[in-house]
Amino acid sequence: MTLRSILAENLSCIRGGRLVFRDVGFRVEAGQALSLEGPNGAGKSSLLRMIAGFLAPAAGSILLKRDETEIFDGEERGNFIGWLGHHDAAKPQLSPRETLRFFAELYGATGDVDAALDEAGLRRARDLPCQYLSAGQKKRLSLARLKLGNRPLWLLDEPLAALDIAGKTLAAQFIRSHCASGGIAIAATHEALGIDSVRLALA
Amino acid sequence: MASIFEFANPKRFMNLSGAVLPWLAVVCVLSLGAGLYLGFTAPPDYQQGDTVKIMFIHVPAAWVAMMCYGLMAVASLLGLVNRHPLADVAAKTAAPLGAVFTALALITGSLWGKPMWGAYWVWDARLTSFLLLLFLYLGYIALWNAIEDETRAARAAAILALVGVVNLPIIEFSVDWWNTLHQGESIIRSGGPLIAGVFLWPLGLMAVGYTTLFFTLWMIRIRTEIIERRIRALQLGIA
Amino acid sequence: MNPFSAVLFRDMRLATRAGGSAALALAFFAAVATLVPLGVGSDLHLLSRIAGGVLWIAAVLAALLSLDRLFQSDFEDGSLDLIALSPLPLESMSFAKIAAHWLTTGLPLTLLSPLLGVLFGLPPAGYAPLVLSLAIGTPAVSAIGAIGAALTLSIRRGGLILPFIVLPLLAPAVIFGSGAVLGVLDGLSNGAFWLLGAFSLVAVLLAPFACAAAVRLNLAG
Repeated sequence: MTLRSILAENLSCIRGGRLVFRDVGFRVEAGQALSLEGPNGAGKSSLLRMIAGFLAPAAGSILLKRDETEIFDGEERGNFIGWLGHHDAAKPQLSPRETLRFFAELYGATGDVDAALDEAGLRRARDLPCQYLSAGQKKRLSLARLKLGNRPLWLLDEPLAALDIAGKTLAAQFIRSHCASGGIAIAATHEALGIDSVRLALA
Repeated sequence: MASIFEFANPKRFMNLSGAVLPWLAVVCVLSLGAGLYLGFTAPPDYQQGDTVKIMFIHVPAAWVAMMCYGLMAVASLLGLVNRHPLADVAAKTAAPLGAVFTALALITGSLWGKPMWGAYWVWDARLTSFLLLLFLYLGYIALWNAIEDETRAARAAAILALVGVVNLPIIEFSVDWWNTLHQGESIIRSGGPLIAGVFLWPLGLMAVGYTTLFFTLWMIRIRTEIIERRIRALQLGIA
Repeated sequence: MNPFSAVLFRDMRLATRAGGSAALALAFFAAVATLVPLGVGSDLHLLSRIAGGVLWIAAVLAALLSLDRLFQSDFEDGSLDLIALSPLPLESMSFAKIAAHWLTTGLPLTLLSPLLGVLFGLPPAGYAPLVLSLAIGTPAVSAIGAIGAALTLSIRRGGLILPFIVLPLLAPAVIFGSGAVLGVLDGLSNGAFWLLGAFSLVAVLLAPFACAAAVRLNLAG
């Protein structure tokens, strides 16, 4: 699956009767990364949830284009999205290997689970229950899952949080190679991603 | 500053309900007054004596209690499908009224039961299903209060109301079935087979009185809730 | 393995691992059933009359106890977001979770019930209807309980509010289930098994849709 571009126009977000942002728009082409910047409460996470289709925009539209004729704006959007959220979706009782195998089956991903764990630097921890993993290791597990899912549009909420320097380099490298192979990445972040990206500031 | 009121305009409802409310209240007071007068001056029943007069305050309460759940479910469906905040407000404000009318039906029912059965509570099929109905109302109210985000609370409560309205006839049926299994005997039947003409008038008037009372109170509650939300929206605008 | 069985087996694995809910629910079931004779006295004649009803109530409570985290833990740790973006529809996901809950709770409770029947002096004729009624009826408990679990998944004290909103909805299951046992003991053919089966079937078929709707509204969070 590939995407040519994602186009968002005039988006408004209302939470709990309060206007979070209005008239936000952007266009990202295949191979590009977009970093969402802005202070706490500016609506970065909300915008990501909106793109994923969890949250309906109060106004505006989000279009995913595969080519000029194939345009997605409904629930089928989910099939294009690789999600890395605030939380790590790691069950304390399950090992990284079990966790990743579950998500591979759920997503119908064909990649090699062990190879993905190795690449994320989790080779030695792969059979340890996740309750013994550090926050950074759990983030690495999320990165491995993202890569294994092999979706064209990555939505990343603070992808660098909790990672050590090597981890941050690894995350940047994951995103860079994703974009190099024609993928799109949209990341909400407080720190520099370490890759070339278009910037969108939410006030 | 935006709020839900940018997307749904309750102004028409406020105007309309403001005009209707006084008339509704007048009809309510008149029919309740006339119904109570006729009820108390009606001759005693040859079997139940004066006790039968509890029927005039019990049966309409039971009727309104059930009607209210139906209205709540309709409002919930409209709220879920049309995303109209007014429907959410209508469903939310109906629940406590429904709970009160259900409680009223239970209390008057057990007062009726005391001289009939010699006990305030017997596991009569009707009373039992009203007790379960009361729990359904209270659960609905509890769910509303437990979820902080208003929109989310409205949707969750709406789903619960719809599940409840599908389940309610099954609950009624199962309680009836259970009652016959355990050989109970139901004395309280809505109306009952032996309703003489003298009872029909006060019962009808009381039914009108209770129904208009319910709609009057409901409208006042909806108006209050709308005003409260508007105030909150204004306060958020200042903050 | 397909996405549906992936969720089914993962949930079963989580429920049966150390600290999982399956063993706790069984222990709770046994504990409640043991408490009843302590409360009402050890008269075996009385106990044998109420055995069906008591075991049904204990089973419902035990099932509810293990239900409150059914969606909540997946919601809190972000798994639900990832599941929602997978090819598996939320309705199927809910069905898989209901099935996993029943296989790890309802089914073991059903299998344990004859043992508790012995403690209650249940007459020999009562065992088959007890097991059969629990086998037919507990899927409805898992299904309707799952609706409650999905509705309360964002509430921190959801475990307290869940039984409150679910128990009245489960009244028909308790009535038909214990009625089925009593009916056989009294030699009546009251059709309770059919009514229980119908209730269970409707609950299991409709619950996934209500669960999915509840999950969807919470994903906006």
